[in-house]
Amino acid sequence: MYEIIAFYIFSALTIGMFTIVVLSKNALYAMSALAGGMIFISGFFFILGAEFLGVVQITVYSGAVMALYAFGMMFFDTTRDVKENIKNKKIAYTLSILSAILILAILCAPFFSGAIQANYPSLQNTGNIQMIGLVLFTKYLVPFELAAIMLLVAMIAGIVLASKKMDLEEEMSEECDVVKEVK
Amino acid sequence: MITLTHYLVLTGILFSIGLVGVMRRTNLLMLFFSTEILLNAVNVGFVAVSKYYGDLSGQMFSFFIIAVAASEVAVGLGLLILWYKRNGSIDLNSLQMMKG
Repeated sequence: MYEIIAFYIFSALTIGMFTIVVLSKNALYAMSALAGGMIFISGFFFILGAEFLGVVQITVYSGAVMALYAFGMMFFDTTRDVKENIKNKKIAYTLSILSAILILAILCAPFFSGAIQANYPSLQNTGNIQMIGLVLFTKYLVPFELAAIMLLVAMIAGIVLASKKMDLEEEMSEECDVVKEVK
Repeated sequence: MITLTHYLVLTGILFSIGLVGVMRRTNLLMLFFSTEILLNAVNVGFVAVSKYYGDLSGQMFSFFIIAVAASEVAVGLGLLILWYKRNGSIDLNSLQMMKG
């Protein structure tokens, strides 16, 4: 009973929040709504018994990703309304129809494939986090290590990309000093 | 009783909202937001399937999707800041200089 109530409340809230993200003209409103939507998504994970993913969702998405976006927004002019002019309506309509067909296929797929078998069935008497640890560090060890390397690469790439122009500015200010000394 | 179909329909709705955002927005930051919505919608679907089939693979996949999303944001935002410093605009139409 509580599951049903929670499901409908969370779905209404998530859909509303994400609609605001998509339709809002103010970048700050969109970002706040996205953060709210992420937290409501973690509610689904808790309903579904995936506590570990729920916590990861809150910490990674609402914590790290949203903080990164908020940090990035300091560089952009966010007080202005986002101006967008949309051309090429034909392409948009074609893409919408194609994606609608695709989504229909995705939704219908489980009804036609009744032969799904569990590769790693849940064990008895173990919690969700313990099971995730068991599967992650046995069957998915190599992808886990690769994900770690990917995160390292992304971190270095982020630092290098965001700080590139800062070096240039320092060099330019040094050049200006040299020019002043010459004068 | 909430069944798998409920969750799949919800996933479809969220995914379509994200797709509408991707097609409608021309601001690059807003496009990033829409991509996050797409990834989150897929995550919900994976976890629901993993629960109703008693299989942990779905949760593993959404775990890796979260990792991919985090690195995507780090690299994408760095590129975006670089582009904004160079051009003073993060509109998609300012990226059209490769047009022959």
